[in-house]
Amino acid sequence: MEFSQLAQVRFGFGPAPGKPAPADAGAMLETLAGPDVLASRWPGLSTEDALAAARDFRAAKKTAKHASKADAEATQAAFTAQKQRMTTILLQNLQVSLARAVEAPDGFRERLWAFWRDHFTVMAKRRQDVGLSCAHGEALRPHIAGNFKTLLRVAETHPMMLIYLDQSYSIGPNSRRAQKRPGLGLNENLAREAMELHTLGVGGHYSQTDVRQLAELFTGMQADSGEDFAFAPNLAEPGTETVLGKTFGGDPAKLEDIYAVLDTLALHPDTARHLASKLAVHFVGPAPDPALVTAMAEAYSRSGGELMPVYKVLLTHPGALTPQFAKVRQPFDYVATGLRALGVDGDAVRARKIKEIRNTAFAPMRQMGQPWLATNGPDGWPEEDEEWISPQQLAARINWAMRAPLLYGAAPADPMAFAEAALGPRLSPALAQAVPRSETKAEAVALVLASAEFMRR
Amino acid sequence: MLTRRFFLQSAMLAGCSAAAHPLMNSVTFAAVPGDRRLVVIILRGGMDGLDIVQPYGDPLLAKLRPDFAIGPKAGAADLDGFFGLHPLLVPQLMPMWTAGELGFAHAVSTPYRDKRSHFDGQDMLEAGTGMDVPVSMIRDGWLNRLLQTLPGATAETAYSVGEEELRLLSGAAPTMSWTPDAWLGLSSQGRRLLESIYHDDPLFRDAAADALTMTAPEATMEDDLSGDDVPTARRRPPKPETEKVPGHNALAAFAASRLKGAARIAAFSLTGWDTHRGQEHALRRPAEQLAAMLTTLKTELGPVWRETLVLAMTEFGRTARQNGTAGTDHGTGGAMVMAGGALKGGKVYGKWPGLADADLYAGRDLMPTADIRAYGAWALAGLYGTPRETLERTIFPGLDMGTDPRFLA
Repeated sequence: MEFSQLAQVRFGFGPAPGKPAPADAGAMLETLAGPDVLASRWPGLSTEDALAAARDFRAAKKTAKHASKADAEATQAAFTAQKQRMTTILLQNLQVSLARAVEAPDGFRERLWAFWRDHFTVMAKRRQDVGLSCAHGEALRPHIAGNFKTLLRVAETHPMMLIYLDQSYSIGPNSRRAQKRPGLGLNENLAREAMELHTLGVGGHYSQTDVRQLAELFTGMQADSGEDFAFAPNLAEPGTETVLGKTFGGDPAKLEDIYAVLDTLALHPDTARHLASKLAVHFVGPAPDPALVTAMAEAYSRSGGELMPVYKVLLTHPGALTPQFAKVRQPFDYVATGLRALGVDGDAVRARKIKEIRNTAFAPMRQMGQPWLATNGPDGWPEEDEEWISPQQLAARINWAMRAPLLYGAAPADPMAFAEAALGPRLSPALAQAVPRSETKAEAVALVLASAEFMRR
Repeated sequence: MLTRRFFLQSAMLAGCSAAAHPLMNSVTFAAVPGDRRLVVIILRGGMDGLDIVQPYGDPLLAKLRPDFAIGPKAGAADLDGFFGLHPLLVPQLMPMWTAGELGFAHAVSTPYRDKRSHFDGQDMLEAGTGMDVPVSMIRDGWLNRLLQTLPGATAETAYSVGEEELRLLSGAAPTMSWTPDAWLGLSSQGRRLLESIYHDDPLFRDAAADALTMTAPEATMEDDLSGDDVPTARRRPPKPETEKVPGHNALAAFAASRLKGAARIAAFSLTGWDTHRGQEHALRRPAEQLAAMLTTLKTELGPVWRETLVLAMTEFGRTARQNGTAGTDHGTGGAMVMAGGALKGGKVYGKWPGLADADLYAGRDLMPTADIRAYGAWALAGLYGTPRETLERTIFPGLDMGTDPRFLA
């Protein structure tokens, strides 16, 4: 199979009518290194705006709570409006993510964005934080083709991460604050996940003592729903900490010490290996060629954590270009690929009412097992195919395949031509036979969208 | 042995639903291994056993957790003079305890130690393996390995319920997986074509086979018989009434409906136990859901509850001390919740290690005094007569079951 046909399927969201396939790896890398056109065209929610939305939400909640009888109804209505605003923000985030995915030239930037959002999974446990959970992804986006040190720093110090993994509530047991208010102390959550999930990997060389020491070093990082990240020395544990055998910090506690340990974690060989292997498993398959992983890890280490050289290996290594399509698209990826094949472009997605986004993407994705920005835990979405194709999840995909073409006003006139355009050389004889035998055009198109070859990449 | 493919094809060829077909029914019935039912609930996130089943009789507990609601004075129900049941569980579950249908195993854990990762901990719990096997090497779960040893087990014998696919039940033996409100809007021709296009991809083929079986509408089947090809309703069916009943759990109700039929084993999971912060508040949802699940199972199973054992297991317990944010961090030893008419309940099983500094694991966690897999193994031995050798070598490789804690009625 030619590179251009394979690459748009494996590293993007498949072919779209009227969009040229990427010529070669060099062209894809050039696009990625270039300006982020789609983020400028359809900007997402900034952290600043998300914080403001959270403040509005909290103010309305407080007002409603303390309202007099006469004001009760009006203040409650204002609070309900704030709740609805958060739901709208979440749906808009899905809408803009889908629009970018279907419009993207080759889809590689969008797929990488989804990968890194998932790598640094956050979730709003309270409704007031929904905007921040969207803004976290937007904050990562400018750095996904840069250096991992920056990406890591941005991810870990974002208010959403500090809230989600409880860092905002972790206080040095001997800090000035704890001395005034005994009983305050450490929370290990972010320190553990920073090593286990974000950098070294669970197989990495770290111990419970390292987790504890890192948790002490992390104290002082603060943010809340309405307030941006800041370092508060009065909450920081005094003294030095030893993480992975290296000493950090000292008095007075400084944010630079935290940046230093993050840089050390970022450049650790275990991190290189962990990230390389995760990228290979995500893009290529469950048991990637070890030579591919090694080459990516080496590219990472050699360049001091630069991500472009890693992506270059991913797009050019023979181990990443095997003609077996070993992965099943996750629900977001599937919905985007389906819309793209149907010829729905970014403007068409943007033109949908929020309610339509809910019915045609948000709710179906939940039934497919991927509620938008609501993972089960900080480890993100599973990579294994079996996790995505249970009978009930497959039923949800088939139902979506039946309804989406009509709901988007994009039902193809000729199902067979649609099959050929969407799948090219991957169209199987069984599907080619089944399409013309369908009772209705809608079912014929649904068979294409629901076929195994369409869902694999 | 009746395989799932055979089952499905027969049902399709016969042109009627399995339930309405006397032969299929009898075959399915004959294939069922006994009457005993097992429900396994995976409590994801690390349930704090020390809070759910509080050793309030030890004064150290209140010292380790000064901000927690501990003991009968704070609303917990006394169980045996030493342990107390968390206040959130009292209203729904104390009647079950009094009836001898609720019990616990305390200070238990999987063999997982030291790294305290949820994800590896859960994988090990579901795989049923020890620290000698890398978790990433094991893809099948211990319930699936049990099925492989049960004579007469069919795909209908075991159900994974809910939107996620449980590792616990995955493996070579066929099982069913469904969620209560799933549906499929295709004509019968569409259904047939779907089978043909998935034929060569086992992942899609097997999932579709189950989906088609689960959604096979009676009407379509009769249409097939008469030769007409009337498309089935494409609209999403209305939600069942039961979901609106407060305290009612749809997953548990669905599991119960299957267990009243051919199924003998059901598994599902309940998240939300990772209470790093503000534990008193954070426990509310998962604890109340667990209570609702057990209550729903009992109510919906009716007379079958007598034959049922429920095991609710978590990947690890939590730190003995409260942390700096009125929560608890990842620990080691914890508690298992057991229920059902097949249980000799009204008892907290296990050897209590104590809470003094020297008694804690690594100076921070409850010391596990038993392998949670041993309880699982004794349950399987009692319910299905699985031989000890099979349990210790195949289902829980490397396990020493020790002596029988005798917790089955």
